[in-house]
Amino acid sequence: MLKDKDRIFQNLYNDLGSDVSSSQKRGDWVKTKELTDKGRDWIIDEIKSSQLRGRGGAGFPTGLKWSFAPKEVGSRPHYLVINGDESEPGTCKDRDILRFEPHKLIEGCLIASYAVQAHVCYIYIRGEYFIDGQKLQAAIDEAYEKKLIGKNAAGTGWDLDIYIHYGAGAYICGEETALLESIEGKKGQPRLKPPFPALIGLYGCPTIINNVETIAVVPTILRRGGKWFASLGREKNTGTKIFCISGNVNNPCNVEEEMNIPLKELVETHAGGVVGGWDNLQAVIPGGSSMPLIPKEKCETLTMDFDSLMAEKSGLGTAGIVVINKDQDIIKCMARIARFYKHESCGQCTPCREGSGWMWRMLERMANGEATKDEVEMLGDVTNQIAGHTICAFGEGSSWPVQGLLRHFKKEIEERNNLELIVEKKNTIPYLVDQHLLDKKNA
Amino acid sequence: MSLRRPAKDQPETFEFNSSSLEAANTIVSKYPKGKQQSAVMALLYIAQRQNNNWIPLAAMKYIAKFLEMPYIKVYEVATFYTMYNLSPVGKFFIQVCTTTPCMIRGANKLVEACKEKISEKESQLSSDKSCSWMEVECLGACVNAPMMQINDDYYEDLDKEKTLEILDKILNGETPKPGSYRGRVNNEPENNRKTLLDLKNA
Repeated sequence: MLKDKDRIFQNLYNDLGSDVSSSQKRGDWVKTKELTDKGRDWIIDEIKSSQLRGRGGAGFPTGLKWSFAPKEVGSRPHYLVINGDESEPGTCKDRDILRFEPHKLIEGCLIASYAVQAHVCYIYIRGEYFIDGQKLQAAIDEAYEKKLIGKNAAGTGWDLDIYIHYGAGAYICGEETALLESIEGKKGQPRLKPPFPALIGLYGCPTIINNVETIAVVPTILRRGGKWFASLGREKNTGTKIFCISGNVNNPCNVEEEMNIPLKELVETHAGGVVGGWDNLQAVIPGGSSMPLIPKEKCETLTMDFDSLMAEKSGLGTAGIVVINKDQDIIKCMARIARFYKHESCGQCTPCREGSGWMWRMLERMANGEATKDEVEMLGDVTNQIAGHTICAFGEGSSWPVQGLLRHFKKEIEERNNLELIVEKKNTIPYLVDQHLLDKKNA
Repeated sequence: MSLRRPAKDQPETFEFNSSSLEAANTIVSKYPKGKQQSAVMALLYIAQRQNNNWIPLAAMKYIAKFLEMPYIKVYEVATFYTMYNLSPVGKFFIQVCTTTPCMIRGANKLVEACKEKISEKESQLSSDKSCSWMEVECLGACVNAPMMQINDDYYEDLDKEKTLEILDKILNGETPKPGSYRGRVNNEPENNRKTLLDLKNA
């Protein structure tokens, strides 16, 4: 287990208070100027050497992302945008940072803005987190008052304004370009990439977009050194991470742990074990709803980091772990996730808009045992038609969980759904699109 | 995609009152000159708050003029984002999360409670017209599942009994205390905490 002194978010459970003075006692805002005085290149190099990877799901190296920002500010200003649209089912880590560790985030914003030469930072928070957003606003107001941000922020000589922008219940706005569209006051529909936001982003200006957790760990990394951060976890999967453990566990919780921690340790030690004992475990969704589930056999030895989960054809994503025990109907669980994606598709690309609904309807029927034998293959087909055929990663996000279900629980689906093919039964079904198949001459 | 339609009965006119107007001007000043369109989402929220928690078409037209943008662009935004209510909802607007992490911890019991106490169908006003409820997608409090949101507040760690209690209070016009209903502190593992204990006891 990670030592308490190596935990970055000391106030994860709000034992200490989230105002400036108690944050300062924890080490926030202490000599921020010394960090910025070492220069942009030093900051970016230190983040690179810490091997910090983005905490929003994709795991892109943060230092590398920052280095994409133009070195000189041209005619267009630079922007820093913080993604706090956290809507992935199973994930609720950013909320705790917003309400209990806001000064880690604000200080991180200042350092990151300095590194990418932005004078304005927008923090995008999902609309449902209104109360938590207000807590962050109070912290921002406090920081302005103490001259930690604003003109000559914290004595660094850098001017920075931070504004909160609320979303309004669209999951897709967690996608970085959809988020930019949303800040511009449009529907949150993702843009084509390239051009990447680092060159053409918000209002057509160079923009760096990072997750709340990524930015909030930056000041601590710089204070304690990239080497310290890199010493935790393993190569390319370094540092600590907030894991959200929900579902059928005895003590669902958020906990900060070292990367590469065994899943079993997380569930047994921190979350109090699976309801009904470890043997009652059916499957685990390791990284928020869009990551394929992992069956119990593999959970025994699974370690939680980007690359080891990738090797299991899943992913760390946002590290929102949903534990599903044997009392649950796994097909129904996945059908509900498919309904989520059907509801949240932005409607821009046809494969996703239509396909997410198909997947949901097919899975609902499979959960009820109303599907025919051939439909299991057909469902796999549909997922392949969506993944990789859309502008953004939503296509993958919506079809991966279904693919995971097919990969590991195909037998369960087939056992429940063994109806004869409709074509063979020769029923006349008025709404069937392939009605002509019933007519033997044309078939 | 979710299909959303504006209400049939629409008021003729809409105007910001003075406090809304002040709030709107502050918001517009957050964005660069000429980019006032960015404020449309926040302004729709302001209109929604002013107008009993729903947005009439007249408000969209008003906001379009206010921000010097085409009406259809405001309409697009208002119909795209699900948190804008396009038809009247109760003064207490209850949103029950039923996505998988909540579902496997019994969110359907919360739905049952809402059906018993408020209305048979979702988005239907209660008999005294003070409440309405609906199922929503993940509200981002998965370790506190099952949970629901009433207006701005989160009510966490619920079961059917506690939900019924909360709904009773609301129907009496009271605002129940938000937060966990199992007495735990925020997102800590209740009775099983193994981390940051020195700080807690300090």
